[in-house]
Amino acid sequence: MSADIELDRVTIRFGDFTAVKDVSLKINGGEFFSILGPSGCGKTTLLRTISGFLEPTEGAVRIAGQDMAGIGSNKRPTALIFQNLALFPLMSVADNIGYGLRVRGVPKAERRRKADELLRLVALPDQGDKRIGELSGGQKQRVAVARALAVEPKVLLLDEPLSALDLRLRQHMRTELRAIQKRVGITFIYITHDQGEALTMSDRIAVMNAGKVEQVGDGRSVYDRPTTPFVASFVGENNGVSGAVASVAEGMAILDTPIGALKGRAGAGLSAGALATIFLRPEALVFAAPGATPDFTAEFVNSAFEGNFTLVFLRAANGQPITLSVGRGADIGALAPGAPIGLNFSSADALVLPLRHEGAP
Amino acid sequence: MTNPITAAFIFAIPLIVILAFLAMALIDRRRMAGVQAPGFFQRNGTPIAIFLIAAAAFWALILIVFPQLYMVDYSFHPKLPQIKRGGPEDVYTLENYRYFLFGSTRSTDHWNSTHLNAFWITIFVSTLITILNFAICYPLAYFMAQVAKPQTVVKLMALLVIPYWINEILRAFAFRILLGTGGLINNVAIAVGLISEPIDFIGHDVALYAGLTYAYLLIMMFPLYNAIESLDRNQIEAARDLGAPWWHIHLFVVMPFAKPGIASGATLVFMLCAGALAAPLVLGGPKTLWFTPIVYDRFFQAFNWPQGSAYAIILLLTCTAFVSLTMRLFKVSLSEITR
Repeated sequence: MSADIELDRVTIRFGDFTAVKDVSLKINGGEFFSILGPSGCGKTTLLRTISGFLEPTEGAVRIAGQDMAGIGSNKRPTALIFQNLALFPLMSVADNIGYGLRVRGVPKAERRRKADELLRLVALPDQGDKRIGELSGGQKQRVAVARALAVEPKVLLLDEPLSALDLRLRQHMRTELRAIQKRVGITFIYITHDQGEALTMSDRIAVMNAGKVEQVGDGRSVYDRPTTPFVASFVGENNGVSGAVASVAEGMAILDTPIGALKGRAGAGLSAGALATIFLRPEALVFAAPGATPDFTAEFVNSAFEGNFTLVFLRAANGQPITLSVGRGADIGALAPGAPIGLNFSSADALVLPLRHEGAP
Repeated sequence: MTNPITAAFIFAIPLIVILAFLAMALIDRRRMAGVQAPGFFQRNGTPIAIFLIAAAAFWALILIVFPQLYMVDYSFHPKLPQIKRGGPEDVYTLENYRYFLFGSTRSTDHWNSTHLNAFWITIFVSTLITILNFAICYPLAYFMAQVAKPQTVVKLMALLVIPYWINEILRAFAFRILLGTGGLINNVAIAVGLISEPIDFIGHDVALYAGLTYAYLLIMMFPLYNAIESLDRNQIEAARDLGAPWWHIHLFVVMPFAKPGIASGATLVFMLCAGALAAPLVLGGPKTLWFTPIVYDRFFQAFNWPQGSAYAIILLLTCTAFVSLTMRLFKVSLSEITR
């Protein structure tokens, strides 16, 4: 059983500090929903509010249509997986998983049966008698998931649970978590500052910054069609070049920048003369073909070999840094620092977004 | 000094222990042959190594082992004037222990009910005071370790610690002034009209038990605070998130985690309480039965040092046995407590 979650104009303040500002979100039942944002953006506060450790200063949290005001975390149909997992070190794996059931008065044999069943679900069969200290990081992760699922929550809340794992294990656990979510079919709300995690696992992503939700959408739309400069620069790599809007016509805008006039898709709220930024993905930039007119030029600085691609760092006029990624076939070995390079991009891959006005909400 | 055989015996035991340790060290060295680790002398330099060994040996032998062994030996001798010691009457005897049980050095017809009662009451009340201390300290320690803000903790700590700058006997007298028949509490209660006759807190041992509880509050507080403080807050929240009511969290998450702290606090409070002297002397009523003043009287009123030694050893052994048994019962090991 899964449940919808509705955050209705939620604001959370700690004294003078506003951690979450007027956030409204609708999370569908059975969805894998990620809240993505830099540390300190209020995403953990929001999660703790959903789980009931915090009460919103203003607004309401509704789970399956029911207002959660005044309902403690031990009475909500949610289960939280902590960043440090918070497994009980003195209990065995099975006792950890069975703790929530023990609270509910489930007899010991039944708890054990359920724990074994969940251990099979998280691919840790027959490990119930082990102590927590005997498990590896990835195994602890799975036990934490099993412990949370044991109480049959309608919503599972995950607070950056993969951040302590090494890269390979983290990537493996992403697919694992996604598969578990598909199997149990309940709503997952996943907090992360790692855009890779959010993009690979989620049905939808909410990007948060400074206590506010900037954009909600599936991975592709957040990556390809960011609606704010913050989302454009936070999700994936992006080159942002600022300037004044020269003209807006037929969904395309031309921006006058220190490195030349650049054309891209126009975001909402653009008008001629306003300040704006054009965002160019590193993979959207290509070296200009011999004889072709480059959209702009830049000087070679250095490059970084990343395995399946190479990042090339350039400097355009006014010291504007530009990064582009090139595939394995590209020949950049002959480039010397300071060498001028012409660059082209398809204006359909560029996006012009208005700079937020000072003092705007 | 007692007879030469005893003296030899007393000095032989530490010697045997030292030789045993030496033998263990030699065996260890032989077994570790070939492994090149710097020895104790190499690591510290010869003068410092000699000093360390001498200091530890002095502390352990002269200050702890010898006096205790002397007491043990003393307790098996009859009370004799100085000149007769070591003479033909100075024989090994159980009469001091017999006196504790039967109130006479020879007859075994009647139980020594006064001393036996005092003894059991001391053990029993010390247990109760330990439990009471735990009940008082646990909520406070939990509050300070997990709930309160750092500034509040500093203030509370100061409030807890500063009264203990005052001498233990003065604190006991303060309780006497508070709880005496003409004391503050009685006066206020009468003035308010709560009672018409003063209550004899001292005669009913209320003052003694309150004073003892207060005297060892900190001894319980600090181990508890340290233990609870090291508990990850997320574990409490995780238990809560899984649906646990507050009492379940305390009983099955916090207390098991704090068990070593609880055990060391309880052990210390119990031992100190059962061996307390100042508080029972000052706060005890005319009919109060506490064992340590009886031991004190054996030494300094009856001038019967052998009997006093026997009493002290009985108390020491009983308390040690009781504590070990309780620790076994709660599955706490000694290494956990001293951690």
